[in-house]
Amino acid sequence: MIYKLQFVDLLPYWDVLARGLVFTIVLTCVSTAAGVAVGTCGASARAFGPRWLAGVVAAYVEIIRNTPFIVQLFFVYFGLPTLGLKLTEAEAAFLAMTINLGAYSTEIIRAGIEATPKGLIEAGVSLAMTRMQVLRHVVLKPAFQKTWPALASQIIIVMLGSSVVSQISAEDLTYAANFIQSRNFRAFEAYFVVALAYLLLAITARALLRGLGARLFPGARS
Amino acid sequence: MPLVSIRDVRKRFGENEVLKGVSVSVEKGDVVAIIGRSGSGKSTLLRCVNGLETHDSGSIVVDETPVDNARTDMRELRKHVGMVFQQFNLFPHLTAAGNVMLAPRVVNGVSEKEARDLAAAMLAKVGLSEKMDAWPSQLSGGQQQRVAIARALAMNPKVLLCDEITSALDPELVNEVLRVVEKLAAEGMTLILVTHEMRFARDVGTKLVFMHQGMVHEEGPPKELMAAPRTPELRQFIGAIA
Amino acid sequence: MTDFSVWVIFSNLLLATRWTIALSLIAFVAGGVVGLALLFARMSKFRPLAKFVALYIEFFQGTPLLMQLFMLFFGVALFGVEISPWTAASLALTFWTSAFLAEIWRGCVESVPRGQWEAGSSVALSYMEQMRYVILPQAMRIAVPPTVGFSVQVIKGTALASIIGFVELTRAGTMLNNATFRPFLVYSLVGLIYFCLCYPLSFAAKRLERRLNAAR
Repeated sequence: MIYKLQFVDLLPYWDVLARGLVFTIVLTCVSTAAGVAVGTCGASARAFGPRWLAGVVAAYVEIIRNTPFIVQLFFVYFGLPTLGLKLTEAEAAFLAMTINLGAYSTEIIRAGIEATPKGLIEAGVSLAMTRMQVLRHVVLKPAFQKTWPALASQIIIVMLGSSVVSQISAEDLTYAANFIQSRNFRAFEAYFVVALAYLLLAITARALLRGLGARLFPGARS
Repeated sequence: MPLVSIRDVRKRFGENEVLKGVSVSVEKGDVVAIIGRSGSGKSTLLRCVNGLETHDSGSIVVDETPVDNARTDMRELRKHVGMVFQQFNLFPHLTAAGNVMLAPRVVNGVSEKEARDLAAAMLAKVGLSEKMDAWPSQLSGGQQQRVAIARALAMNPKVLLCDEITSALDPELVNEVLRVVEKLAAEGMTLILVTHEMRFARDVGTKLVFMHQGMVHEEGPPKELMAAPRTPELRQFIGAIA
Repeated sequence: MTDFSVWVIFSNLLLATRWTIALSLIAFVAGGVVGLALLFARMSKFRPLAKFVALYIEFFQGTPLLMQLFMLFFGVALFGVEISPWTAASLALTFWTSAFLAEIWRGCVESVPRGQWEAGSSVALSYMEQMRYVILPQAMRIAVPPTVGFSVQVIKGTALASIIGFVELTRAGTMLNNATFRPFLVYSLVGLIYFCLCYPLSFAAKRLERRLNAAR
């Protein structure tokens, strides 16, 4: 039998798709901001913090990088309530993504910090800056500038990975596809259209992040 | 009371004692050139003066403030002690003006506009008015080093430490940097330079310090010392360089 | 329902880990073979082919692996062919892996200095001969650390096969959780097993990269 693709059957569900799209975008933006903030603190702690703290951060990074996101998500959503921390689907999704991106960005930003020449830190110190001022003005900014492309592609990987949050019934783009195909039985069409939506999101995000990088870090590096 | 007084300073890195009781005093307006072979301890001595290295014993006093990492407010000290490095160490993410403005802004809390005016004045002083908005990567080594000098001057230091500031430069770029330092000396800035530029030390210096194996081997007026070295080590050193 | 001791849970998870390992191996090996073919096609002088492969890579890198799994699982069924979760997962992970490996390896090939190509052609080697004798031996050395590093992503990627019903480690965890209602314990153990699979590879990748950097 020859199957005929019927994309028209998706049209009645456009609002479901739109809501899913918005959820995915918001979830990505919020957890990106939080994850990069976690990464900045984590990287600073690893590079300059006391030894025990650096060790804790290193363990966090390795645990997250060496386990699947879906397991982290299930742990947060199903496991944490047994400790008394009850989360909604959206909260669990946000928390899991932040923890995940936080670990990767800690590692990325740390590489940037470690690439800071020792002489720059001495120059900052010699200009009577405090340790925190040196960290902020002399170390972190160039570290971000240097690692921005890596950070940007990690953000996109995390966005694509967010499709897994549909598995705890967080109502994202993938959830929308699941919902539609359960109603109209047009599984392939639904997933194909949603896959294209992710592709467009990824391409748009890449362009936006590149533009943001150019704006945040003007000028050529040596 | 001398502006900078270094007395019997000792410093060891593990087994290796690099400073074995060094004493030097620097009066206001002095231009002190420290010379000597690599490994003689001259850079370490300079770095002890603004606390980038800690000394093990002896005393260093700058403008009546003892330099003692455990007790002194090192930031307060460093506001008055500028430093220029061999490798320039310009901040790559900031323009020339941005490099000069950073410390006045974050350390002294100067406004953006004032800081920019200050940067303009300092960059003019080193002959780089037209390079205010250039990035370090767009500047030659000589220009970068002049920006680094402007950056140090912007904090209005009482003494400026120069650690082999021409050693990383191509030969044709050395003079533009030395001319700036000479001008500073003529304006009365107190300078302590670790240098290999013997002619510059002789013509501009008010005092020459020859270091050898972690000690001050000879010191005195540059012209006298170079014309008639008292020890064979200095004679040999001058012979090797010239 | 009987009482589940920690040991019973753990041993059941370990049994399911076989399938995680098997699926990872299939995806990595098959993905590597396909990826190598893609690499040659991507670097081919025949523009339409290179362009097509670029699109292939863009698609598999730019869409969620979960979508790829769903599309394969439901797409093949459209042709009236029954496809098992096992086959669907193997195929989807192979395509996904191949796209990433092809791109990683292209980066390695391109990091070989242009002068090496020129030196190759100056001694009259053909394009394929330059690739075979001059470029690939150098690129392969550079490619080892990121390739080992990517194997970690493959292992973690297999966890998504649980969603289309393939019983591997994550799926076994979900089933055990449903039976025992001890999510904290179950998912901790699942995470621990993944960690034991992945960490040695991550560690090796880091070591190899450091050694490579030191050698240069």
